[in-house]
Amino acid sequence: MSPLKIKKGTSRKSAYDLKDPHADVIERHTLACIVTNEAGVLARVIGLFSGRGYNIESLTVAEIDHEGHRSRITVVTTGTPEVIQQIKAQLGRMIPVHDVHDLTEEGPAVERELALFKVAGKGDKRIEAIRLAEIFRANVVDSTLESFIFEMTGTSEKIDAFADLMRPLGLVEVARTGVAALSRGEV
Amino acid sequence: MARQMTGAEMVVQALIDQGVDTIFGYPGGAALPIYDELFQQDKIQHILVRHEQGAAHAAEGYARSTGKPGVVLVTSGPGATNTVTGLTDALLDSIPIVVITAQVPTFMIGTDAFQEADTVGITRPCTKHNYLVKDTEVLASVVHEAFHVATSGRPGPVLIDIPKDVQFAKGSYTEKNKASTGHYAPKLKGDIDQITALAAMMETAKKPIIYSGGGVINSGDSATALLRELAKETNFPVTSTLMGLGAYPASGDQWMGMLGMHGLYEANMAMHDCDLMINIGARFDDRITGRIDAFSPKSKKAHIDIDPSSINKVIHVDVPIIGDVAHVLEDLLRIWKSRGRKTQAEGLEKWWKQIEEWRAIRCLDYKNSEKVIKPQYALQRLEALTKDRKDRFITTEVGQHQMWAAQYLGFEAPNRWMTSGGLGTMGYGLPASLGVQVAHPDALVINVAGEASWLMNMQEMGTARQYNLPVKQFILNNERLGMVRQWQDLLHGNRYSHSWSEALPDFMLLAKAFGAKGITVSDPSDMDDAIMEMLKFDGPVVFDCLVEKHENCFPMIPSGAPHNEMLLGDAGVEDAIGDTGAVLV
Ligand SMILES: Cc1ncc(C[n+]2csc(CCOP(=O)(O)OP(=O)(O)O)c2C)c(N)n1
Ligand SMILES: [Mg+2]
Repeated sequence: MSPLKIKKGTSRKSAYDLKDPHADVIERHTLACIVTNEAGVLARVIGLFSGRGYNIESLTVAEIDHEGHRSRITVVTTGTPEVIQQIKAQLGRMIPVHDVHDLTEEGPAVERELALFKVAGKGDKRIEAIRLAEIFRANVVDSTLESFIFEMTGTSEKIDAFADLMRPLGLVEVARTGVAALSRGEV
Repeated sequence: MARQMTGAEMVVQALIDQGVDTIFGYPGGAALPIYDELFQQDKIQHILVRHEQGAAHAAEGYARSTGKPGVVLVTSGPGATNTVTGLTDALLDSIPIVVITAQVPTFMIGTDAFQEADTVGITRPCTKHNYLVKDTEVLASVVHEAFHVATSGRPGPVLIDIPKDVQFAKGSYTEKNKASTGHYAPKLKGDIDQITALAAMMETAKKPIIYSGGGVINSGDSATALLRELAKETNFPVTSTLMGLGAYPASGDQWMGMLGMHGLYEANMAMHDCDLMINIGARFDDRITGRIDAFSPKSKKAHIDIDPSSINKVIHVDVPIIGDVAHVLEDLLRIWKSRGRKTQAEGLEKWWKQIEEWRAIRCLDYKNSEKVIKPQYALQRLEALTKDRKDRFITTEVGQHQMWAAQYLGFEAPNRWMTSGGLGTMGYGLPASLGVQVAHPDALVINVAGEASWLMNMQEMGTARQYNLPVKQFILNNERLGMVRQWQDLLHGNRYSHSWSEALPDFMLLAKAFGAKGITVSDPSDMDDAIMEMLKFDGPVVFDCLVEKHENCFPMIPSGAPHNEMLLGDAGVEDAIGDTGAVLV
């Protein structure tokens, strides 16, 4: 012991917050980024998420304004409120990013995803599949004697639910676009 | 009509228009058109380094010591990849540099052509922004934009990758004032409500502390002046990060010394016990905070930063102020003054008394020796013999010597201290010293080095010789990777796994080989004469100072400990770092 009553280093604790991340509330947020449509912009955004260890649940990108060279990147991500805040700040400071909207926070938003399901089966299973498709308002966009492709637009949850129902009925493949989202109302 | 020129001409013209007087570079096949243009003009001097990493660090040294962006020019492939460490260093320390890399011609990109590398891909995460220019028509505009991005907001490294055919092709030159500096315009003014909230907290604080960082220096001279005014008007104590040294003068009464892992006892104790922490342009780095959940538990915290992503990243603050330091401090002072310039005089007096008690510990005292040079002693003598020189610039390498330099050298002005803080890059100091010396030809530029770090970029002594840059390489030679050895002392039962060099070169011969002067000293009583000899010599010097091999650097907050559990020089160090602390760096 030094005369200062400073104990010989006895700390067993960490310099970083090593607390269990699951102890915090994990939120799911849908972010819309308006970016300059230039080479590499998507790689920048994805690199930010992988480099800093953020989650990407869904990602969609497409040009929305050809003249203005603008694309919209919609990312669904999860994290603690602090992490979500960081993600927005990190996105916001990237040079080609013009705007970051947190649709989850900014009030009600409409979120839709498009999905295609290939379901193969015969007999009762086939009949059950088409019956459920009707209930879910899925369209048949391809059909053979032993398979269908259904097309469905809806929230991610609805698509998940439909996929769960189709699985025992012969679900072979699913293709999903990821979430596109807009805030509701005038602005 | 816009002036027509080749891409290579445009690059040089744009650099001239940006006010660039110096670039650091190294040629190669893909960069030859630009090099040819450089040959045919005399407005920009080109410093030929010996390794592209050296160019990047030299540019950093230039930038840090002048406040202007540093510029680098290298060839494709290996030329570009060699700059990666320098880019990352500049990113972590927020240093404005513009790196121009040549690229294989556009029609060969993607074919694994000779000296092709995906430069923008490789450097995307280690630049503030980067560009691959495929069309000569936009090249000039991109160069202008790159300077804007590198120097605006939180500064940082920007890279421009230019394929060889784009350098040869003709296009129209975009003048600087017509260039699209884009939509990139970070907010400079802070939110007035938040600033007012901070002013109100200053009025009631009994144990305040100003914790300033590199952002003050980046913000410019007026920020430094305002910081000093704030301290003077309020009588608040001031501590600073490694990056912020010099913004508040070391001779100032309210100077507490550096804080953090190897910071001063009084600074760390004050950070721990304060009731108001005013973070000005610093970022709660882990070297500063120590154990997060025990970081300054009783304080309200305000944070002034131009980068919104710095706010609440590590430490939750009560008053976040996003803006440029100078702008915010100006508003803060104005508002605080208009509210009556109030502080808690009585509380402050008690606080200063407490601080005096902490100071009385004299945490930098060490056991000196008459037989062997203690590194601390060497630096104290260097300080004593050079501190009156207003034109003294110090760079450092990374390790114990760096921390001792921060502790024992005093800085009276900003931009006089260049060190690799965020990345901790061994090999930074020598090339950085060249960049500083190029920018300040008549100044005294000293690189305080460890022998191991110095060897990492020692080839740059060739550059020093070629351009007659009289840099002083002050090597504290402990024949050890001292900082690594210290950690092995603290953490790994003195098992010195690979922390010393078996075959160090003879630094005197090395100096000679490079055409520099060599000085060696091993007896403490020769120290002053040796330093004077170094200072008097008009030319590059390699100063080999043989110091105590097993000295440890204190104070130290061991990884995983809070601020008030510092190790001092006389404290035992065994088992200083616990199991969870051990996984940290
Ligand atoms: C490029 C690089 N590699 C490794 C390290 C890890 N490291 C930090 S300090 C140090 C030892 C430095 O030795 P020296 O330059 O002699 O300085 P000293 O600590 O002995 O003063 C090492 C290896 C680093 N910081 N940078
Ligand atoms: Mg050493």
